[in-house]
Amino acid sequence: MMNEDTKQKNRKLVRNLVFIAVAMFGFGYVLVPIYDVFCDITGLNGKTASVAAAETARDVDESREVTVEFVTSLNQAAPMTFRAETYKMKVHPGQYYTVNFYAENLTDKPMIARAIPSITPGQAAEFFTKTQCFCFDEQSFEAHESKTMPVRFVVDQKLPEKYKTITLAYTFFDNTEISVKK
Amino acid sequence: MSAVVAEHDDHGDHHDHGPEKGLLRWIITTNHKDIGTLYLVFALAMFFLGGAMALVIRAELFEPGLQFVEPQFFNSMTTMHALIMVFGAVMPAFVGLANWMIPLMIGAPDMALPRMNNMSFWLLVAGALLLASTLFMEGGAPASGWTLYPPLVLQTGAALPFAIFSVHLLGISSIMGAINIIATIFNMRAPGMTLMKMPLFVWTWLITAFLLIAIMPVFAGAVTMLLTDRFFDTSFFDAAGGGDPVLYQHIFWFFGHPEVYVMILPTFGVASTIIPVFARKPLFGYSSMVYATASIAFLSFIVWAHHMFTVGMPVAGELYFMYATMLIAIPTGVKVFNWTATMWKGSMTFETPMLFSIAFVVLFTMGGFTGLMMSVAPSDFQYHDTYFIVAHFHYTLVPASIFIIMAAGYFWLPKWTGNMYDEKLGQLHFWLSAISVNVLFFPQHFLGLAGMPRRIPDYAVQFADWNMVSSIGAFVFGFSQLLFLYIVIKTIRGGTGEEVTGEVWEDASKHSLEWTLPSPLPYHTFTTPPKEIPTEHF
Repeated sequence: MMNEDTKQKNRKLVRNLVFIAVAMFGFGYVLVPIYDVFCDITGLNGKTASVAAAETARDVDESREVTVEFVTSLNQAAPMTFRAETYKMKVHPGQYYTVNFYAENLTDKPMIARAIPSITPGQAAEFFTKTQCFCFDEQSFEAHESKTMPVRFVVDQKLPEKYKTITLAYTFFDNTEISVKK
Repeated sequence: MSAVVAEHDDHGDHHDHGPEKGLLRWIITTNHKDIGTLYLVFALAMFFLGGAMALVIRAELFEPGLQFVEPQFFNSMTTMHALIMVFGAVMPAFVGLANWMIPLMIGAPDMALPRMNNMSFWLLVAGALLLASTLFMEGGAPASGWTLYPPLVLQTGAALPFAIFSVHLLGISSIMGAINIIATIFNMRAPGMTLMKMPLFVWTWLITAFLLIAIMPVFAGAVTMLLTDRFFDTSFFDAAGGGDPVLYQHIFWFFGHPEVYVMILPTFGVASTIIPVFARKPLFGYSSMVYATASIAFLSFIVWAHHMFTVGMPVAGELYFMYATMLIAIPTGVKVFNWTATMWKGSMTFETPMLFSIAFVVLFTMGGFTGLMMSVAPSDFQYHDTYFIVAHFHYTLVPASIFIIMAAGYFWLPKWTGNMYDEKLGQLHFWLSAISVNVLFFPQHFLGLAGMPRRIPDYAVQFADWNMVSSIGAFVFGFSQLLFLYIVIKTIRGGTGEEVTGEVWEDASKHSLEWTLPSPLPYHTFTTPPKEIPTEHF
């Protein structure tokens, strides 16, 4: 019914189309690093640096005040308590501050937990620098152990004027199962 | 040349073979008409299954409070209703129409890859069965919405891997179908059937097939990431491991937005085929229709984040996605004006397919306008995840895609079977459907604007009245569709007994090739290419 010429053309076309489909499957995965790089450059998703910055001398802008708010939450009702020593504080850009966070393991077993930070508004993240944070590493807790965890941070003097309030949110994830497997 | 003739002679006596006898015919068939029928019957069955789930939802929402089902099962119903309607009913119905009509419309003897055609249908059945089987699993069927957002979807019980594999199967089936359609259109056209002479249904399907090949693999990738996140300790979407759940939304909607056009572009194609026949005029603005379809397809790839305005995006991003989305109104408007201009001063008659098509033009435009309302990022914060969005996309799917699939059924059934459907019953079905669909979905606009969230089994008492109206509309609409089933069966079994000509509709053969063939269609058609291509149309 179909002549050889058409069959030949079909085979070639199908090969190309299958190639496109496979390439698009790969493209879905390529979106993952693209997304990370894109967010890294633009600071869209409010992620902060995952390693500590060195503490350097900065000019303190006494004339300006920025409100920093602290939000703490637990993922999927992780069996812990978690709070900051204060809900908000007024800071001068360029000056270093330390604020304490308290967490307690409510179980009878050791626990490994990980805190994930997020800054709102997202684009302010690049102006928020932490020299010390419990979020840089996984935290291990003994049964019923409670911990005081300081965070030392500075708001960059170059923070655009339009940002009056920055919210730093931490979510604690109970990573015990995953970490033990690894 | 001589080799071609010789081969033709070799196969000469095969041409007169009818279908295989018995049930086996439907399992092993590679005939595009048989496979088209299989797809359509399957889609109709899934339409009733998905519809039954919708009625569970509307029964529960008839009154505030919990009446009939558990909240978890209610959420399974919204999720499964969507997945079944999208992947089991609307998409397969259009693939069925493509199988039936594309070879006939371009003067080809069959699809380019008949065996693959058979396989893509049976993979679809396997995928759908796998999906339906999750209803009986421990922890219930997926209940996270058809978007399958993590982290919620990762809390699905035993059903999760089954749902994901069924998405894989449905995806592979659609991709194979799409490849087949592209190969058929590119390589099987009759001599003289240039691309710009193809009927619009063929054009819209060509573009849809490319969309499918581009997006189904991306969706397959996204659900594979869900699978590995859940079972193999990756953290694509798990914040604890450095991933980001918002990433899933980006990948999903990169697939999801073109996906909604996969369901609407063939709709446009069928409407552009039916309206000229009953207006007894050529289609107004043929080439602008082709370019508008291509523009809509292109734009669909660059607007995805308008589904996630509230997820937290910088103003620049919101503005970009807002304006890009509004741009889609232009090619869509071109289409609506073209359909209207086609009817303008036409010698119109109002048989059932035309009634459904006119209802489509009016009601789809309403669905389009609410889409435009939601493209405005600041006001979308009010509409997001309310019944307003539910009303919007149901207006673009039910009185649009579904109505047009039914119009196509009434339009081509006499051609396929050689029997006429009962026009009186057809019109009754139309009026019941057209009125009840508005009673069903129009009040949902009010509910949404008043703040009723979607995907909940219970609601505040101030929403009670309109929910009751909506539920009444749902039951009338749902049961009216049994009339459609009756009409279809009656038509297949002999119809009204009225003589059906090859043309069926007055002067239809001027519009498209299938009407130059006898009714009912012989099992094999265009084994020799047609000599003349209808051109009055352009």
